[in-house]
Amino acid sequence: MSAAAIRRPVFGIIAEFPSATTLYEAAERVRDAGFKFWDVHSPFPIHGMNKAMGLGKSPLGYIIFCGGFLGFTTAALLEFIPSSFLFPLIVHGKPVNFFTVPPFFPIMFELTVLISAFTAFFGVFILNRLPRMHHPLFDHEPFSRVTNDAFFLVIESVDPRFSETATREFLEGIGGKAVTVLYAND
Amino acid sequence: MAESDASTTVFVERMPRHPLVWNNHSMAWISDRIAGIVENKAPLWWWVTIAITSSFAAFGVFCILYLLFTGVGVWGNNIPVGWAWDITNFVFWIGIGHAGTLISAILHLCRQKWRTSINRAAEAMTLFAVICAGIFPAIHVGRIWMVWFMAPVPNPNWIWPNFRSPLMWDVFAVSTYFTVSVLFWYLGLVPDLATMRDRAKGRVSRTIYWILSFGWRGGNRQWRHYEMAYLVLAGISTPLVLSVHSTVSFDFATSLVPGWHTTIFPPYFVAGAIFGGFAMVLTLMLPARSLYKLHDVFTWDHIDVMCKLLLVTGSIVGYAYCMEFFVAFYGANPFERFAFLNRYFGAYWWASWTMFTCNVIMPQLMWVRAFRRNWAIVFFVSMCANAGMWFERFVIFVISLHRDFLPSAWRMYYPTWVDVFTFIGTHGIFLTLFLLFIRFLPMVAMSEVKSVLPESDPHYHPPAGGGEEPVEEAHA
Repeated sequence: MSAAAIRRPVFGIIAEFPSATTLYEAAERVRDAGFKFWDVHSPFPIHGMNKAMGLGKSPLGYIIFCGGFLGFTTAALLEFIPSSFLFPLIVHGKPVNFFTVPPFFPIMFELTVLISAFTAFFGVFILNRLPRMHHPLFDHEPFSRVTNDAFFLVIESVDPRFSETATREFLEGIGGKAVTVLYAND
Repeated sequence: MAESDASTTVFVERMPRHPLVWNNHSMAWISDRIAGIVENKAPLWWWVTIAITSSFAAFGVFCILYLLFTGVGVWGNNIPVGWAWDITNFVFWIGIGHAGTLISAILHLCRQKWRTSINRAAEAMTLFAVICAGIFPAIHVGRIWMVWFMAPVPNPNWIWPNFRSPLMWDVFAVSTYFTVSVLFWYLGLVPDLATMRDRAKGRVSRTIYWILSFGWRGGNRQWRHYEMAYLVLAGISTPLVLSVHSTVSFDFATSLVPGWHTTIFPPYFVAGAIFGGFAMVLTLMLPARSLYKLHDVFTWDHIDVMCKLLLVTGSIVGYAYCMEFFVAFYGANPFERFAFLNRYFGAYWWASWTMFTCNVIMPQLMWVRAFRRNWAIVFFVSMCANAGMWFERFVIFVISLHRDFLPSAWRMYYPTWVDVFTFIGTHGIFLTLFLLFIRFLPMVAMSEVKSVLPESDPHYHPPAGGGEEPVEEAHA
């Protein structure tokens, strides 16, 4: 497909690498060259790649903590409001007040876990801007092997250091194979 | 991992670790072998098996409908044996449902990389077991339309449920466990569904996998959040796994029935659940491994480790049986003493001794390495564990109840045909769901297995002498 003929804006440049090792080393070079809008694609998460890309820890952990706290609070209110105020239920002659908390713990624990898990699951996709069915990468035929055994590095055109010729040469210089320009598709 | 790099070049390890995937298979081989199971036509045995299991499932559903339209009198439950096969089956299935999340959560935190070959199937098994478990509490209330009383909402008289009741904890624990297990399982499936999408030939299947995989692209900026979510899910699922069967055991331990009222119940139930769950994983994966030729992915090393876990948990269960007996003697409570003597020497002595033999004595075979690497013995021991764990629950519930405080109330319990076929029916449901799973979804976590190959280490350099070539070999 001659995408250039349709005169779409350039999305970025993609290069293929033969292995996780070469991709890792290339990522370090791209990081050191000062690029900001780029990514590596691999069939599995590569150990240490965050460091090689200069990325910090994912903020998702903090978001999940908030979710867990929300679950804990929900459970506490769900239990204490009915049990202490709406319908105090005296079982086994035990008093209903805040001093009898231990039997309320299991449900607090369960709801903490439940809301944390929902936050974790949906957090991944929200932070990753997924679901997204339409992406310029999917127009690149070899990219379908990224979920099998292929490794790719993409530098996007929105990067201030991006230049169609210089970036291409740079990627070829760090060992990228089949360097190709990708075009936006929306 | 610089140290593994050094170990290959500087010195030779005296006891090198076995690779997790045998015969130096490439990543493409893994994708082809695992995804091929879904993409190729279903083999004949699959159709035959699912015809049988779904027939059992259908008859089980008939039994459940018969119960709901007639009443719980169609079961053998009586007074004093108010909880019998229904709750036995519930706890049996919930226990089996412990292996999957244990493998995916606790073993992930312990960095046990061998888990990658079995975690997907074990988690799926967990979900199906919890589905089977959930049937029983719902139908044992008899009047199914009252099942909403379990929800945390006030009833028409504005009476709220008792949140301090273990039965209420149980509702929350089991439903949370099921939901979290689904989320954990699905999160792990997303990259593999993307693999299925990229391999799909037909337009329809491609679109379906595309939607199911959310358009996953495998970028490291995606993996970064994904790995954090996976780690946190593992972290919160670890106490969850341990809490579910503890909560189930509270249903009994907080009562005053002799034989139930003991503090050893939570750890004893959890160990038993893991024991039963691993046995069921072996029961399902040994045939699946042979039928789909997954010998290089689910290797003898995996089976060996799982057998050791069977041995450990079976021995913990054996310790608990003995300790219960000792506490009954040492506690000087005559009702408790009677309950335990009656357990092993009363009318149901055969159930207790079956339990003890299957759960404690049989796993001791696993001390021998040759037995851990003999599929017939492994299969036999895991079948023993499956049966033994069912008998354990039968022993705890029925034997404790059938001789309660007043001899005038004593009564034997006999199951009816509805009891039996409902139980067999849940096996049908379980196996049917599992067969559908291995037919339509990748049964091994491809992306995770690829990540434990030696060449997936970013500091890996192939050894000199071309040991890299994948060797197609000889398990046909």
